[in-house]
Amino acid sequence: MKSNGLVSITDYSKDDILHILDLAEQFEKNPNTRLLEGKLVATLFFEPSTRTRLSFETAVNRLGGRVIGFSDAATSSSSKGESLKDTIKMVSNYVDLIIMRHPVEGAARYASEVAGVPVINAGDGANQHPTQTMLDLYSIKKTQGKLTDLTLSMVGDLKYGRTVHSLLMAMRYFNPRYNFVSPPELRMPEQYRAFCKENGIEYHEYEDMNRILNETDILYMTRVQQERFTDPVEYEKVRNTYSLHNSMLEGTKDNLRILHPLPRITEIAEDVDDNPKAYYFEQAKNGVYARQAVICSILGLV
Amino acid sequence: MKASKTELIVRALENGTVIDHIPANRLFKVVSLLHLDETEDKITIGNNLRSEKLGTKGVLKIADRYLQPEELNKLAILAPNAHISIIKDYQVVEKVRLSMPNDIVDVLQCVNPMCVTNKEHIATRFHLLDAEKGTVKCHYCERVINREDCILK
Ligand SMILES: [Zn+2]
Repeated sequence: MKSNGLVSITDYSKDDILHILDLAEQFEKNPNTRLLEGKLVATLFFEPSTRTRLSFETAVNRLGGRVIGFSDAATSSSSKGESLKDTIKMVSNYVDLIIMRHPVEGAARYASEVAGVPVINAGDGANQHPTQTMLDLYSIKKTQGKLTDLTLSMVGDLKYGRTVHSLLMAMRYFNPRYNFVSPPELRMPEQYRAFCKENGIEYHEYEDMNRILNETDILYMTRVQQERFTDPVEYEKVRNTYSLHNSMLEGTKDNLRILHPLPRITEIAEDVDDNPKAYYFEQAKNGVYARQAVICSILGLV
Repeated sequence: MKASKTELIVRALENGTVIDHIPANRLFKVVSLLHLDETEDKITIGNNLRSEKLGTKGVLKIADRYLQPEELNKLAILAPNAHISIIKDYQVVEKVRLSMPNDIVDVLQCVNPMCVTNKEHIATRFHLLDAEKGTVKCHYCERVINREDCILK
């Protein structure tokens, strides 16, 4: 499955996804291998994201590879006005693989077209973050024992939340049922509702989270960011409404698991953390295995 | 009477291209798309003519010029239902049907201000999603855009 990278989750077919998930399972059993011995990987973070960068760098290091790169644009040459193309062309002369995060949407696709080496998109603005989707899928499969016929409830910022958009598209192969729970101003965009209709996927929209908790297999919480609101009063209201507390989990299904791309603010109260249904910290850990799988697959090492 | 007058103008073209059934509000966009505002070719522009289908329509007649495939592709985005007739020696020798191209390269500008095509010097590229609805998807930022919201480069 050697390829020129992973830019968008839509680059992956159903078989590709299942293949990566199988590989991730193997890496979880045996995370330390020397598959990347002698390889050099660049992590180019034009926008800081410590969490994502550490996850990728852990993946590379556990595979025995080495890492060069920068962690924010202020320390990179782009702050001196160098074009993205020039930076990518230069770096691709040095390394075997580029992992990049950039605030501009489509930056990773463009980079993959000018780079001489594969590019993994570690987030391009509001657009895509495909390895996040792979770790979400891995977490779902691991906790539910399957990917098919599940009820997924997505809660919070469904308008700007790229993780829910990518997950929504990737799950199309597995006959999901969706509940979209959000304030009206952060509703799931028409583009994705249309996507569900075209793919014959059942979905329902709610404003009240309590209405869907008892029928949910996967509760996918997202962060509601203050900058999405012009009215601070409105933000306070929404922030309190879309917040999960331990008491609300009474009566939910045994197999329910709560996911969140992290970092969380107030969407999940700390009293949920000790509930066995809380899965967001393990979910983050799964990110290393999913990224090991993606990296090795792209480089044709497995 | 009006209809026959329109026909008369069409007939008056000896050689060239007639583009009919252009939505009236798109006519001048088509003019600039085909760079007719910079041409020395003889052109006749009719607009706000009555049309059964569109309400009002525009007609363009360009003497001694035949549209290239890429021009037809661009036209298909702006006026997908336009009728195009090739005229030779006062006769319609061919009617061209327009179809939206699957790949639209460097014709449209992405409406997303955060798109890389609006930040770096890159040719834009869109993939046709639904010809009937006129939706296209930006190859870079993956935003889905309706034909109505498309901006020409
Ligand atoms: Zn775009």
